[in-house]
Amino acid sequence: MSSQEVVDNFTLLPESERLNMLLEYSEALPEPPTEHAGFDFERVEECQSPVYLAVEIENQEVSLYFDAPREAPTTRGFASVLHSALDGSKIEDVLNFDENFPDKLGIAHLISPLRMRGIRGMIARIKRLTRELSD
Amino acid sequence: MDIDRSDKIQGYAHPEALVSTDWVEQHLGDQNLRLVESNEDILLYDTGHIETAIKLDWHTELNHPLRRDYLEPQQFAELMKTKGIDRENTVVIYGDRSNWWATYAFWVFKLFGHEDVRIMDGGRTLWISEGRELTTDKPEAKPSNYPVVERNDNEIRAFRDEVLSNLGKPLIDVRSNPEYTGERLHMADFPNEGATVGGHIPTAVNIPWSTAAAANEAFLPKQELETLYFENTNFDSTDDFIAYCRIGERSSHTWFVLKYLLGVKNVKNYDGSWTEWGNLVGVPVVKGEQPGEAA
Repeated sequence: MSSQEVVDNFTLLPESERLNMLLEYSEALPEPPTEHAGFDFERVEECQSPVYLAVEIENQEVSLYFDAPREAPTTRGFASVLHSALDGSKIEDVLNFDENFPDKLGIAHLISPLRMRGIRGMIARIKRLTRELSD
Repeated sequence: MDIDRSDKIQGYAHPEALVSTDWVEQHLGDQNLRLVESNEDILLYDTGHIETAIKLDWHTELNHPLRRDYLEPQQFAELMKTKGIDRENTVVIYGDRSNWWATYAFWVFKLFGHEDVRIMDGGRTLWISEGRELTTDKPEAKPSNYPVVERNDNEIRAFRDEVLSNLGKPLIDVRSNPEYTGERLHMADFPNEGATVGGHIPTAVNIPWSTAAAANEAFLPKQELETLYFENTNFDSTDDFIAYCRIGERSSHTWFVLKYLLGVKNVKNYDGSWTEWGNLVGVPVVKGEQPGEAA
């Protein structure tokens, strides 16, 4: 799914249904595969709930893995949104990913700017880990 | 409504401000009860909540829409009307993460002088871990007629000038230790916490808020709380206390513990907290493990 399709999934909905969409995303977040249990997961400190992120690169394609508890559906929703938008992308598409993506979802005022810090933190970390792995 | 007569709750200084999960289950459906769920995670309520509970979000509903402040009296009255809460109702608030945000909402209700507000001990987590039921049915708000009442900031809310002139009196920094020492703003590559400098307010002792909660997210028994806040610090329950954190949310948990569970008469929450103090020009700041001296 392209990042534009993810944005459309939110912005084509009336505002009152956008948080439900985020909840649906949170339920759809793939569990990290068990063979990646020894993976180098990094905690995303910008989120108030514990969420762990790992990046893998194979054949110039970026794979993302998230581990977040079900008791934190907003954090899981953000992780799932980014997973949909970025998993399987080329390295340069990840590095050039639009930093304003979170604003384009049209949910910032529904959930407060403070809560949006979490998704920004995830994007910053995805980019940094991708850069470190591809250097 | 009647107060919770269980031993644990009767052991606290103000048992009228706390109820057990048992009490809530027994009183579900009572006409005068308004159950309110207030969480850190804005979607959690929608995944399931206690029957008849309404959702109240601190970020989007209790804050002033423009300024860094809380609702105006008229706005609070409107909010209560849309939530179906009357001035005479018994409001019982619970939430995720050891009632962190529930105590914040409680504090705002008290700024508006709502008399009968209580916290459900253990919050959402304890309710679920005891195997009690949740529902995704949203209750219909009954029409209410909440009056416009003045917000009283004098008794339980501290502003920066008062903090500055109170240095040396009991001041509790309830953030995590790396935030207290100032280490946290120095992590490479990571965005900071919204403050220009790291550290703590001089003379503040560090008692992270969550140390007042047990593993099941209920409050510790009174005696253990006394050890934590009085014996370990040499503070006294007759002292004037101020608590702060980053934006005043975690410190409302400590404020609740001091005021209602331990019976401290004068305790205020400094909601400006580190995101104000850590950006203020010219105020003293201490780094490291020691509280430091009042200049």
